[in-house]
Amino acid sequence: MRSMIHFAAAALAVLALLSVLPAVADDAVDPVADASAFQSYFTRKFPHVKLEDFVNGPYSMNEDMRRQWQEIEQFPPYEFALEAGKEMFAKPFRNGKTYADCFPNQGIGIRQNYPIFDEKQGKVVTLELALNQCRLANGEAPLSYVKDEMAALTAYMAYTSRGKPFDIKIPGDPRALAAYQDGKRYFYTRRGQLNFSCASCHVQTAGERIRAEVLAPALGILNAMPIYRSEWSGMGTISRRFITCNSQTRGVPLDAQDDEYRDLEYYLSYLGNGLPISGPGARP
Amino acid sequence: MASTIRVRAASSGETTEVQALIQHPMDSGYVKDAQGAIIPPHFIQQLTFEHDDKTVFVANWGPAVAKDPYVKFSFKGGKKGDDLKISWVDNKGDTDTTTAKIQ
Amino acid sequence: MIIPQGRDPTRRLILKGAATITLFGLGDAAFGLAPSFAAANDKYPEEAFKQKGSGDAIKSLYGRTAEPSDKVKLDAPEIAENGAVVPISVSADLPGVTTISILVSENPNALAASYQIPAGTVPSVANRLKMAKTSDVIAIVEADGKLYSATKEVKVTVGGCGG
Repeated sequence: MRSMIHFAAAALAVLALLSVLPAVADDAVDPVADASAFQSYFTRKFPHVKLEDFVNGPYSMNEDMRRQWQEIEQFPPYEFALEAGKEMFAKPFRNGKTYADCFPNQGIGIRQNYPIFDEKQGKVVTLELALNQCRLANGEAPLSYVKDEMAALTAYMAYTSRGKPFDIKIPGDPRALAAYQDGKRYFYTRRGQLNFSCASCHVQTAGERIRAEVLAPALGILNAMPIYRSEWSGMGTISRRFITCNSQTRGVPLDAQDDEYRDLEYYLSYLGNGLPISGPGARP
Repeated sequence: MASTIRVRAASSGETTEVQALIQHPMDSGYVKDAQGAIIPPHFIQQLTFEHDDKTVFVANWGPAVAKDPYVKFSFKGGKKGDDLKISWVDNKGDTDTTTAKIQ
Repeated sequence: MIIPQGRDPTRRLILKGAATITLFGLGDAAFGLAPSFAAANDKYPEEAFKQKGSGDAIKSLYGRTAEPSDKVKLDAPEIAENGAVVPISVSADLPGVTTISILVSENPNALAASYQIPAGTVPSVANRLKMAKTSDVIAIVEADGKLYSATKEVKVTVGGCGG
């Protein structure tokens, strides 16, 4: 009798275990659950950091750095790029149209919605890509993605959205979910000679140092873009940062706005939903 | 051409706080370019602030001042609406000047 | 009082050769100062900026040495987030301040900046400096003809991300 009970108990246990395993294929994706888990990971790891402060990257992690940043923010070095961006944004193309004609709400206060999954194009459209698509549609040459004008324009557009929470949408279109999943996969894949994934530094080692620099947490890491980096002595876009990070981990960088970079930006931005846009930003 | 000088001057009644941010490379002469050639020194040497025809602050700078240099100081007096004149000269003899209103 | 600008080359030449002090731009603080040193007038202290070590730069600028004083407040980070832009500020709890100078001892040329504080200007300045490596930052305050200093070591590191 006892052995029958034991057997039944064991069978029940196995059945119970089987029922909690996902019934779908193991690359099933649940962005809502991802975002919740991602946020919890960081808020648990850094209980004294306010949620909206994560967007300040290393400055939310280290007091000495924070004070230097606050000093510099009194009159920040991206001031000139911001001014230039505002002028550029208003200047009409040769055909008389402006950037305002390409974007909802005249391009003001919309940065927090990018990247969007464009169902007509069937791909993720980042703000940088949208700006160049706007230029091409109006007979203008595209801008370099990494700095100068592109950085100035995105700095201005980010500034008009300062304080607004990231609001990235993943429409029901399966291609959108696939793009999100692609970005997630990129984020967690190790690459390069140093064999780091984005997560190696910005999830596992967030708040700690890589050599002498303090690592920013991945939560809210795109909210401050574009940034003026002291290291660059100038402005850089999201494209610039993805490329240089790949190089610095001794990997082969992709081209700016390649599929994987746009999908990565989509994934990371989505995880930043609810956190305020703080760009343009200043970083070491 | 737009000025290189950006100013934020605010009067609190008794004193006026002045912050200036200037667009200038402040090349030290110690850095090489991508081709390996030295980038020659190019930096602001003297920056002067005047209020009511009186010099209220002079900055004597060397190339160790950071690119796009910043300075903050305060002086007694100055009220909202007053003019503040700022000018600089660099080691090449280039100059720029601007007048800002105290807020 | 009108204080002439220092950009007239003829005037600079005259000042350079002068054994006697010219009192332009000094207001009431003038008379306690040692003669013939650049810090006493509005001329750009070219020689001082050319000096390598901080001792030589201070000598060139002021002709004497400074006494450490807790009335000089030097605010600088423990570890510079980036040696290219280090926010540093100096303020002095002293009457009669005429100049504030800041040196970075391990820089190729120690003198980074020297500020003239006319009467009526608060003896306090904030700026952003370049630091080549870990170094003492020295603040010198000249007040009523005497020199006071404060020193702080600021660490400068190589950036982690391939820099």
